[in-house]
Amino acid sequence: MAQAAAVAKPPAPPRRRRASATPRRLPYLLIAPAALLMLGFIAYPVLSVFYYSLQNYNPTKPWRNGYAGFDNFVQAFTKDPQFWHTLTFSAKWVVVEVGLQLLFGLALALIVNQTFVGRALGRALVFSPWAVSGVLTSAIWVLLYNSQTGITRYLADMGIGSYGTSWLSDTSTVFPAAVVADLWRGVPFFAILILADLQSVSKDLYEAAEVDGASRLKQFWHITLPHLKDAIVLSTLLRAVWEFNNVDLLYTLTGGGPAGETTTLPLYIANTSVDAHNFGYASALTTVAFVILLFFSMVYLRLSKFGSEDK
Amino acid sequence: MAPAPDRVVSEPARPKGRHRAWDEVPRWQIYLPLSLYLLFTLVPFYWILLFALRPAGSTSLVPWPVTFDHFEKVWTERAFGTYFQNSVLVGLATLVMTTLVALAGGYALARFDFRLKRAFMLALLCSQFVPGALLLVPLFQIFANLRMINSLGSVIVAETVFQLPLSMILISGFIRNVPPSLEEAAWVDGCNRFAAFRIVVLPLLRPGLIAVGSFAFVHAWNHFLFALMFLSDQSKQTIPVGLNTLMSADSVDLGALAAGGIIAAVPVVIVFAFIQKWLITGFSAGAVKG
Repeated sequence: MAQAAAVAKPPAPPRRRRASATPRRLPYLLIAPAALLMLGFIAYPVLSVFYYSLQNYNPTKPWRNGYAGFDNFVQAFTKDPQFWHTLTFSAKWVVVEVGLQLLFGLALALIVNQTFVGRALGRALVFSPWAVSGVLTSAIWVLLYNSQTGITRYLADMGIGSYGTSWLSDTSTVFPAAVVADLWRGVPFFAILILADLQSVSKDLYEAAEVDGASRLKQFWHITLPHLKDAIVLSTLLRAVWEFNNVDLLYTLTGGGPAGETTTLPLYIANTSVDAHNFGYASALTTVAFVILLFFSMVYLRLSKFGSEDK
Repeated sequence: MAPAPDRVVSEPARPKGRHRAWDEVPRWQIYLPLSLYLLFTLVPFYWILLFALRPAGSTSLVPWPVTFDHFEKVWTERAFGTYFQNSVLVGLATLVMTTLVALAGGYALARFDFRLKRAFMLALLCSQFVPGALLLVPLFQIFANLRMINSLGSVIVAETVFQLPLSMILISGFIRNVPPSLEEAAWVDGCNRFAAFRIVVLPLLRPGLIAVGSFAFVHAWNHFLFALMFLSDQSKQTIPVGLNTLMSADSVDLGALAAGGIIAAVPVVIVFAFIQKWLITGFSAGAVKG
């Protein structure tokens, strides 16, 4: 008995000591799974992309594989018109998409922030496309743009467009058609972000402004907009990155076509690597994309004042 | 002299009435743009329902008579039954893994100060900018080396990894909202750290965890590229890949496409209807504090 107690007792103090000492090691243990997953499946792949960007690497043409220096980059910037096209198209896509989403999203958020009859239902309905995936958005708009049975046919009856053309296979209509399809899903998303911030504006400010006789426009300009500024800037940046990176919609809606017209840089990368197996070249293109994203994330970190205030 | 008090009484009342009319938004300025936007939102939904429910070859703008042939065909002939199972598996496994790993990491970020914390936070934030699409090739090689190509495991791991940063930021925000004194009180009562967390903190986190978990589920359910690239057997594929196959088929079967789209949407609609109110608060917490 005495012995058992003696045996049982010694482990207790170390355990208690460990309990107070664990906080040193415990946080590392807790973040270990996340850290390992991210190291293995984000950090390592990013590094290997940099490595392959300097290699000729094509599993279907093994005899050409080997160190290539900056050949891939030279190839991209001087001999590949398709690369320049994807760069300019990416810029156009991001600017138009994000600009329109900001405009409509802000308007939509301001509207559904008012009190009116049926607001809850109205909100739920106008926000509903947010839940729809990129592929499903494509499926829906493929149905709408179908030349035989789509809404385009009924619009042609009303004098908008012409019969028998699919807006997705015509180089002159494919861009606006794709933009509208993506707006359908993107505007609600933006509106939700802005609405969340809108609700934190103090009502007192408006009441004070009202007493001073400020018009609604003035209230919007001097109270609402300054309050939303940070949220707008940050969500616009995030959206820009997201729209740049997003592959699902254009891949399934247009496949980058017709004739490469709607190929963004990430889509071009996916095609170069997966279809053409030109991994070295695709890695070089990815490196270019990373440089662009790095610029965006530096601006984001700067503006979000990361690290200056949080603990 | 007599009218004077009358004016004094009426004057405060009149500007008040005028004020309200002036400062409140006229109803038409709400309802008109809202209805226009609603039209833009709902017509596409109506269109897909129309194609899914009306018989093939019909051009009626009303789905009548209603037929469920398209659903039957997509479910059995186009293997959507199998895709559905795979998608459920991928979605649930991603949900569980993301929530558990992010919960552990989020707790560490919320409750401890440790040396690598700043670096880890920075890594979390930066990894939100790294697109999975750009990492397809190295990811493919990694999964090939791990012999996980053509197994749902590869998709589950990839979806989890890319879902982790945001989830962890959100969860650590939720944990920060729980006062540490609650936990400390439980320690005093003899609980160890883990028991205190389980008994005191976890129940308070439930709404946040539901939001994060459903995010992970919906993302994994909707995401397309990893499944397309890492799974080669048709029997292993997920719903979005099935939809893409229907779209790129030579003769697009619009009825089947519409029915497939609705099958793809149903779980997401259910999840969102169930958690909507938590989702928006969880989202704003993450967007503002992240």
